[in-house]
Amino acid sequence: MFLSTWFLPVALLATTTFIAFPLSKYLAWIMEGKFKAPRFLGWFEEKLDSGPQDWKEYTAALLIFCTALFAFGFLVLVLQPWMPMNPDGKWMLAPSTIFHSAISFMTNTNLQHYSGDQHLSNFSQIFFILTNMFLSAAVGFCALTAIIRAFRGEKLVGNFFVDMWRVVVYMFVPASFIIGVIFLQQGAPMTFDTFARVSTLESPSTQQTIVVGPVAAVEPIKMLGTNGGGFYGMNSAHPFENPTGISNFVNTMAMMLFPFMLVLMYGRMLGRLRHAVVIFSVMLLMMAGTIVWSVYFDTLKPNPGLTGDSVARTYEIPSASAPGGKRTVTVPAVGGLPVDQHLGNLEGKEMRFGTSAGATYAAVTVDVTCGAVNSEHDSLNPIAAISPMVGMWLNCIFGGKGVGMINMLLYVIIGIFVAGMMVGRTPEYLGRKIGAREVKLALIALLVHPIMILGPTGLFAATDWGLKAVSNPGPHGFSQMVYQFSSASANNGSAFDGLGVTYGLANNPAPAPEAVPWDIAAGLVMLFSRFLPIVAPIAMAAYLGAKKRAPQGLGTLRDDTATFALLLLGTILIIGALLFLPVAALGPLAEHLGPIPFGG
Amino acid sequence: MLLHQLRSGFLLLLLFTFLTGVLYPLAVTGIAQLVFPAKANGSLITMSGKVVGSDLIGQQFSAPGYFWSRLSSTAPGAYNAGASTGSNLGPLNPALLDAAQKRVQALREADPGNQRPVPADLVTSSGSGLDPHISVAAALYQLPRVARVRGMRTDDVRALLEESTEGRFAGILGEPRVNVLRLNLALDAHKEGGR
Repeated sequence: MFLSTWFLPVALLATTTFIAFPLSKYLAWIMEGKFKAPRFLGWFEEKLDSGPQDWKEYTAALLIFCTALFAFGFLVLVLQPWMPMNPDGKWMLAPSTIFHSAISFMTNTNLQHYSGDQHLSNFSQIFFILTNMFLSAAVGFCALTAIIRAFRGEKLVGNFFVDMWRVVVYMFVPASFIIGVIFLQQGAPMTFDTFARVSTLESPSTQQTIVVGPVAAVEPIKMLGTNGGGFYGMNSAHPFENPTGISNFVNTMAMMLFPFMLVLMYGRMLGRLRHAVVIFSVMLLMMAGTIVWSVYFDTLKPNPGLTGDSVARTYEIPSASAPGGKRTVTVPAVGGLPVDQHLGNLEGKEMRFGTSAGATYAAVTVDVTCGAVNSEHDSLNPIAAISPMVGMWLNCIFGGKGVGMINMLLYVIIGIFVAGMMVGRTPEYLGRKIGAREVKLALIALLVHPIMILGPTGLFAATDWGLKAVSNPGPHGFSQMVYQFSSASANNGSAFDGLGVTYGLANNPAPAPEAVPWDIAAGLVMLFSRFLPIVAPIAMAAYLGAKKRAPQGLGTLRDDTATFALLLLGTILIIGALLFLPVAALGPLAEHLGPIPFGG
Repeated sequence: MLLHQLRSGFLLLLLFTFLTGVLYPLAVTGIAQLVFPAKANGSLITMSGKVVGSDLIGQQFSAPGYFWSRLSSTAPGAYNAGASTGSNLGPLNPALLDAAQKRVQALREADPGNQRPVPADLVTSSGSGLDPHISVAAALYQLPRVARVRGMRTDDVRALLEESTEGRFAGILGEPRVNVLRLNLALDAHKEGGR
């Protein structure tokens, strides 16, 4: 039991770290332009090169490209009914859902307010989902590269289009191809057919529609690009997306791989590998923490809904009307079911991955902001569900492609600034003085996240928009709303799927009543939370990099020591996590403590 | 200058659409259909010329003579492979307890006298609603009922059960489990084979 529970997470962390060290060298080598491509590929690279760009031009190119990507995605979804590979004549998605989905995939979030198997044709799956997955993931990667070059003091930070080409063609496509073959071997379908109808064994009159499609092509980049938008509604829990325990291992490792490597690439390109290893260790520690938390409370504990509560509990509540100003309320004992739960909470889990796979995946997928799921997060034990939420709230435990490392850099800057203030020294990073402008930009980028989560959650929790959408009673309903906006703002894409946010196709006679406000609000949150934390840090890095390097002295804060790791960890926990403690108390913590009667 | 950037932007989008939307999926499909044709088309199971299901997609069973799969929350009916979904029930949602209670009751009614605790996977929904497997414990729990209803010897059923059991990969990855559809197909074949 011990081995079958803990082997998977330990093996995942160890294998990925082991692979990330050598491979990050390859990444740095490519991004430095040292890789001489074969002539026909190099020709494209030349055609794309619009010349070296300073940070403003680079950012403008990035934004222009993302706008084009949005427009293209929107168009593909609108044209779905008239495009080929749509034998069952699927109509287009509702307009608000198209708006939401086009933003969702362009921002690398992949929050899905539709279900791929029911609402998308194979044409849309390929030209909307697949292309967006490759490109949106590369955008974050390029942003990080620009920041690294700016930190090195380079005024011209490279060419965005050439960087995109290098990332997609020299890294993502070959890596996806290799992992795709592994998925094929394990049993993922790959065909341009749409479905097969079979008569079921017990009642041959009942037909089962088995949806197939280009699954094995979508799956690798869905994970490698930390995209996470499933081909099927139930994502990596679906047997075709994730057929075996081995595919689950490869699947989980694939989403960790690039986020792990990018931290080390940062160090290699700056010539500060030790510093990067310190950051890497802090991230690894936090990731291990979230995994242990969710596995301990979900795999090693039973589902409390089925165990019952053998003791009646009595609470005293202040009440103006009752004599003595107090009233007692008793929660009666509930009989448990005769169920053997020694494998942990199995609601929403699949049998083939192993018991701890669901909880491990739940923690990893939010840490690296992938957002694919192999179990139902809505059905996690309440206290275990804190782990995925914390992953999204911190948003820097490796984090998404490039942007996770960028978020971590913000904490690095803030941490050094705070430490500098405490000892009364001018704070410096990479030998350059951190001024008011840099700290302001870092804070803007950091504060977008809590504002974009807490603001809309408050609004929706107070109105019918939220209240009519939740599917679970009590604090869990609140958790569903918090989770949705956390996922949107962290550009994660996982969800407490019970939330009624699916409008479906535009001609759906009975859509979820509040789907439209959710589409629009989540769409806007994703947009702001994606681009402000990319643009502001690039500007910050450019301003910082333009400063003169100060000589290192005795009083300089070393950024490659264990002390620095502690400082960083403390900054993240105090600034990042405390902001969200109140909502954690209202949602998962309140649910864990059980039915507590509030008020009189 | 801006025009130059725009040109590169659109060229990039066009190139990548072709590369990742046409070339890459075609290459993967080529390998799939050449090397893994059965898996690439959905791992369909064919019995005497008729497709009866997929190795990877579970089916609904409620007759006492078959092993039952896990609960499924797909709509409109259970195990609708066209609309995978989990139950999305939080642990403290009364509907979760309700569904589990009904399942326990149904299991007990189909097998009076069996008072052993029910393995949890039989009373919970899977994430996809299409889980083709149950745990070995869940299969053993149902074994006496299936044997009795079919009039088979327990050892014969157990032998078939062991054939349909998939172990841990390398002894560590995954949970030992039984493919329900495979097992039920084997049971039917055993009957037709006669003794």
